[in-house]
Amino acid sequence: MSLSATTARPSPAAPPSPDVSRRRRRGRLLNRLDVKYSPYLYIAPFFLIFGIFGLYPMLRTAWMSLHDWDMIGEHTFIGFDNYTRLLSDEYFWNALVNTFGIFALSTIPQLLLALFLANLLNRTFLRAKTFFRMAIFMPNVVSVAAVAIVFGMLFQREFGLFNWLLSFVGVDPVDWDGHRWSSWTAISSMVNWRWTGYNTLILLAGMQAIPKDLYEAAEIDGASPWRQFWQITLPMLKPTFIFVVILSTIGGMQLFTEPLLFGNGNIIGGNQREFQTLAMYMYEMGIVNLNSAGYGAAVAWAIFMIIIVVSLFNFLLVRRSAK
Amino acid sequence: MSVTTRRTRLAAAALAAITAISGLAACGKDDEKPAAGEKPAKLVVDTFGEMGYDELVKQYEKDTGIKVELRKTAQLGEYRPKLVRYLATGKGAADVTALEEGILNEFKPNARNWEDLAPLVGDHSKEYLPWKWELGKAPDGRLIGLPTDVGSLAVCYRKDLFQAAGLPTERDQVSALWPDWKGFHDAGLKYKQGSGGKAFIDSITAVSNGVLFQGNGDLFYDKEDNIIADTSPAVKNAWDTATSMADISAKASTWSPEWSGGFKQGTFAATFCPSWMLGIVSDNSGPANKGKWDVASVPGGGGNWGGSWLAVPAQSKYPKEAAKLAEYLTNAKSQVEAFKLKGPLPTNLEALKDQAFLGYTNEYFSNAPTGKIFGESVAKIQPIHLGPKHQAVKENALEPALRAFENGQADKAKAWEQFTKDAKTQGAF
Repeated sequence: MSLSATTARPSPAAPPSPDVSRRRRRGRLLNRLDVKYSPYLYIAPFFLIFGIFGLYPMLRTAWMSLHDWDMIGEHTFIGFDNYTRLLSDEYFWNALVNTFGIFALSTIPQLLLALFLANLLNRTFLRAKTFFRMAIFMPNVVSVAAVAIVFGMLFQREFGLFNWLLSFVGVDPVDWDGHRWSSWTAISSMVNWRWTGYNTLILLAGMQAIPKDLYEAAEIDGASPWRQFWQITLPMLKPTFIFVVILSTIGGMQLFTEPLLFGNGNIIGGNQREFQTLAMYMYEMGIVNLNSAGYGAAVAWAIFMIIIVVSLFNFLLVRRSAK
Repeated sequence: MSVTTRRTRLAAAALAAITAISGLAACGKDDEKPAAGEKPAKLVVDTFGEMGYDELVKQYEKDTGIKVELRKTAQLGEYRPKLVRYLATGKGAADVTALEEGILNEFKPNARNWEDLAPLVGDHSKEYLPWKWELGKAPDGRLIGLPTDVGSLAVCYRKDLFQAAGLPTERDQVSALWPDWKGFHDAGLKYKQGSGGKAFIDSITAVSNGVLFQGNGDLFYDKEDNIIADTSPAVKNAWDTATSMADISAKASTWSPEWSGGFKQGTFAATFCPSWMLGIVSDNSGPANKGKWDVASVPGGGGNWGGSWLAVPAQSKYPKEAAKLAEYLTNAKSQVEAFKLKGPLPTNLEALKDQAFLGYTNEYFSNAPTGKIFGESVAKIQPIHLGPKHQAVKENALEPALRAFENGQADKAKAWEQFTKDAKTQGAF
């Protein structure tokens, strides 16, 4: 290391007394240890906690997924059999389709709306800005369970608010959890309600980091606000947008509480698994069914891989389109 | 320092961290069991819902000088994961653990997690309902559970709605309407006609629950625990009876918001009530509907929905004393006391003949003699072999398929196909 080179070696011409030299040597050693190793000590707490609560469970799950694992009984090593089974498991693919369906229905409108709202909140003419910024974040503070229970009531078949409203325009009551499209819509609406404000704030923060002089210059050149948005705001917002998209992807792939509570806590998500997500399927196989914990672990790893692939895909897509 | 050595060192550190962590996880194995005959200072009892042991436990403390800690969990949904964690990690379980029917069956294939109670307590096989006693045994013959209560079946019905639709309201006359399931369906059609097309029962899965337990042979598993869901005549019978009721059903599946709201709104006039359901019916209906409900007998005789056992986990340090405590909590006197306190139905034959039990009436349900009604229903329950994943097959294969048919998502043949296919995967163990 370059630092150690700066400390001059003692001159051989005037040897110091043995005592002083020992003390000095020890000081130098401590100094060197400090410089070399204390940074590791400072970052250690994170890695220690990550190791215990992140890495270890992941490796353990990987190990479990290679076994026929009964939660309260025998464990037999079966290699990659669980993964082979996964590929031909109809309900796994069903859960995958549901997850992506709900993900698309929640993420795309949500991000567009968030972009629109953030742009609005970024305008200089808006009064009571702080109030609006706070208000828009409020849904995110509410607990998921409360959101899911209230939305579950709104989407009830018999006494629900939405069916009541629909009755005014002559639409027959919808059995919200009886169809794919309706259950996906209901679940996505919960996600949208809860996360739009959050994404708006992040995008708003990104927008405020864009230098004002760019807009001033554009204004002088006679660019319309619409043009300014397309040519300045959006390109400059690219890194923030990537961040928001990846975060939404991770959240969307792990969707669990909303669909679970929407279906009255039934883990199979609808009479014909219309809205069982991957995370629910993992829970069904890994936790509810005691004897297929190994298979559940394989589902968990599949989700992990899918998140990585989708995030990479998103990353490339957003990066390319923004170029 | 070169890059490679730094990397190696980092890798080594990471490896050390992992070994340290797995070491942490591995250590802390159970302590040795204490010497036999040593008296425990404290025994722990795990229960769910309301089993009515509060007073009994105090009496036991007085009699034996052993402290008893009663750990109650309200919801079965929270209780089961806890038990699984205790068994999977080998620690944390109570000395005496209440096992609900579905949980017991699921745990049976791994019977070594539980103490064999037969050598620890006297032979009580003649003192309990025979089928209930038999269900407490694992396939390898060891006795893992002592019987607590049953969910004997009855029909709860709304007198005011019956009257408005021109049906009789007296409970004996109402019971006489449906000696069998055909009669029940006819009564439902009559109600529908008389009430201007209103639904009679909450859902067809409530019907299938009632029919399944009427003892027409093996259900989802045969005696050797092979899955026979697709060929079992008893299952087919329950399926046919349930699907025939679709025209009088409110399509409000049990526990859904439509269901709990339906009690107040009167969207259905009758439902199947295991004894423990009475409290849920009165809670959902609210004080405004007090005296409007009554209890009649179930079509086709008895039936059962739910019920529990007390077991001693093998990890208990005091299996002998724990077994004694379980024995005490399930004896005739205790079962009557528990019934008086919280209402779980006795399974002990002597308790079932007890006057305090037979003479009990329920104020909310128009003073119906629920002790007598449920007691009689209990006597008619037939012994049934359930098999390891009975609950999963019922909840995640049979009932979703029935609901899909009820809601018009699938025709009868398609729904049956869905059920038989799912029964195979859900029932695998």
